[in-house]
Amino acid sequence: MKYTNTQLVWLVALRVFIGWHFLYEGVVKLANPNWSSVGYLMDSQGFMSSFFYSLATNPTALGVVDFLNVWGLIAVGLGLILGAFTQLSTISGIILLTLYYLSHPPFVGLKYLLPMEGSYLLVNKNLIELAALAVLWLFPTGKIIGLDRLIFSLKIKNRKF
Amino acid sequence: MSEDQSNNIDNPRPGPGGINRRDLLKGLMTVPLLGVFSYGWYRKQKNDQFYKNAITEEVKLDGVNPVLYRKVPKDKLIRIGIIGTGGRGLSLLKGAGFLSPNTLVKYINAANKNNQDKRYVEFMEQEDLNLRITGVCDVFDINAQKGISAGANIYREGLNGKMGEAPKRYKNYRDLIAASDVDAVIIATPDHWHGPMIIEAARAGKHVYVEKPMTWTIPETYEVVKAVKDNNIVFQLGHQNRQTESYFKAREAVKNNVLGKISLIEVTTNRNSPEGAWVYKIHEEANSQNIDWEQFIGPAPWNGFSLERFFRWRCWWDYSTGLSGDLFTHDYDAMNQILELGIPHSAVASGGIYFYKDGRTVPDVLQMAFEYPEREFTLLYSASLASSKNRGRTIMGHDAWLDLENNLKIYADPESTRFKEKIEKGLISPEIPIYSYKPGFKHVDAVTSPTEEYYASRGLLYTYLDGKRLDPTHLHIKDWLNCIRGGGQPSCNIDQGFQEAMTAHMGTVAYKENRRVYWDNEKQIIV
Repeated sequence: MKYTNTQLVWLVALRVFIGWHFLYEGVVKLANPNWSSVGYLMDSQGFMSSFFYSLATNPTALGVVDFLNVWGLIAVGLGLILGAFTQLSTISGIILLTLYYLSHPPFVGLKYLLPMEGSYLLVNKNLIELAALAVLWLFPTGKIIGLDRLIFSLKIKNRKF
Repeated sequence: MSEDQSNNIDNPRPGPGGINRRDLLKGLMTVPLLGVFSYGWYRKQKNDQFYKNAITEEVKLDGVNPVLYRKVPKDKLIRIGIIGTGGRGLSLLKGAGFLSPNTLVKYINAANKNNQDKRYVEFMEQEDLNLRITGVCDVFDINAQKGISAGANIYREGLNGKMGEAPKRYKNYRDLIAASDVDAVIIATPDHWHGPMIIEAARAGKHVYVEKPMTWTIPETYEVVKAVKDNNIVFQLGHQNRQTESYFKAREAVKNNVLGKISLIEVTTNRNSPEGAWVYKIHEEANSQNIDWEQFIGPAPWNGFSLERFFRWRCWWDYSTGLSGDLFTHDYDAMNQILELGIPHSAVASGGIYFYKDGRTVPDVLQMAFEYPEREFTLLYSASLASSKNRGRTIMGHDAWLDLENNLKIYADPESTRFKEKIEKGLISPEIPIYSYKPGFKHVDAVTSPTEEYYASRGLLYTYLDGKRLDPTHLHIKDWLNCIRGGGQPSCNIDQGFQEAMTAHMGTVAYKENRRVYWDNEKQIIV
């Protein structure tokens, strides 16, 4: 599979933008010593809500969730921006977004305490970002523009010699 | 270029061999973006900090509830007699650490059904205050039984659990007060009984915790004060708002003159349900056989047996103090705690029975204005029992106003003198609170996020210690016990009780007599 330059530019741009978004969300949480996912989890609605409540109400689980969330977001963000382990980062990003989507699905009749910045019906920005990542997974760019180009060439080299 | 082999994802590199210049360039192409990100982050942090500092140098409040941190040895067991084990009496028992097995099971079931229901966990985590309930008195047999069942449940177990010795049931409150195994008395009866019971208990040397309002009539108020002071008992009036953390912050804000010159304080009641308007359910099994009607009437004017009057006593002046004594006193005491109001110089009132045409004699809509000419402000109370519009409590100053629920918010006034410069420079926005205190958040931040904002309004009945939710009623009882064991004055003592009672009575007299009434500070009388 070969990209034209224009295709490549926009695929990389999409990758970097999504990476930027992840990184910022992670860094903001890291910078706030009082941040915790407890409020977000407790605001969960829909068919998965009891699972998210159980995470929020178990201190150990909550600690793990908080840690994975902050560092997961940062790692995915860095991975996407730098094009390092791009496919792994993309899949991890999809998993995180799936969890966000399922904890706060924009289904008819569900009301959230947390304010949302738009109006959604079934499709919200989490889902769109998730789909965009799926596209990036199918049209990877890390090995062309990104650290993966170096990482994987080293790997190839090591294998050869 | 589009034919460049390096755009081929399956084999981006033209051939085997080491990394060449092109690989480095393309491999590291996006790295500079991290520099852009870091610079953007740095600028944003600096900007946020700048705004935050501009506000925090104006408002810095560290007030905490001392009851949370006072440590008194609890080795001395205190034996409690409780008079009145209806709804409020049972809540007080819960605050003291006693719930009937039935209620506990109800809590457990509720928690199993809904894991957000924390009543069971919170009750079990509530500190053991080393008490025994040794006496229970209620004129209604079924309520008395509930009190006994709660009092005996010293191990906090459910049905068929291990129980302690059942408290003794007293048919007459006098016998309970006189009992040698009662050290202190909790009174949660209708208003018309508060005064006589406090006086009797104080004279018997028993410490008293009494529900608000302190008294039903003006004359008995003086007697209550005398009895409590002469006998040197520890007296606590049941305004548990005294334990709410945000009120300590509000008090500090006023002390530090954050609000500027205060001119008006507005407090309100809005309810819109039969329960809220005191039309309580009548117990199905209640009748003249299991209610000691004569004792219920006590100092009140005689009336034939009436289940309505017994369960909905708040609707009649014969037993009640109406909106002024029942609900305004909460707000008054909160403001007295924050502003040290004392008794007002004068009061006017208006209102009527506009919605509940159920034979009640107390108004369901009431406005009262209390003047404090020396302090140069007015305390305004406005209530309707037939509309839910929440108007909150506000202290209005020239520089800022303070909104007070369980959470507290201070907004700079757009026309403020003190904040003028910062508002003009855009450092302070009148639309965003310059201070916001949200219970349950360990961190108090001057700049609020919408998330925190939304949660703040949730835990209205609670106060927090290190993020743990505590029942203010529990803390208020603990405060009383601390003073019994370790000396000192409880946070709502007899002096504040006197101020509360007289202020409420002034409003009631002004309403009933449709005139302006005054407080003669020299003679300490209402004229």
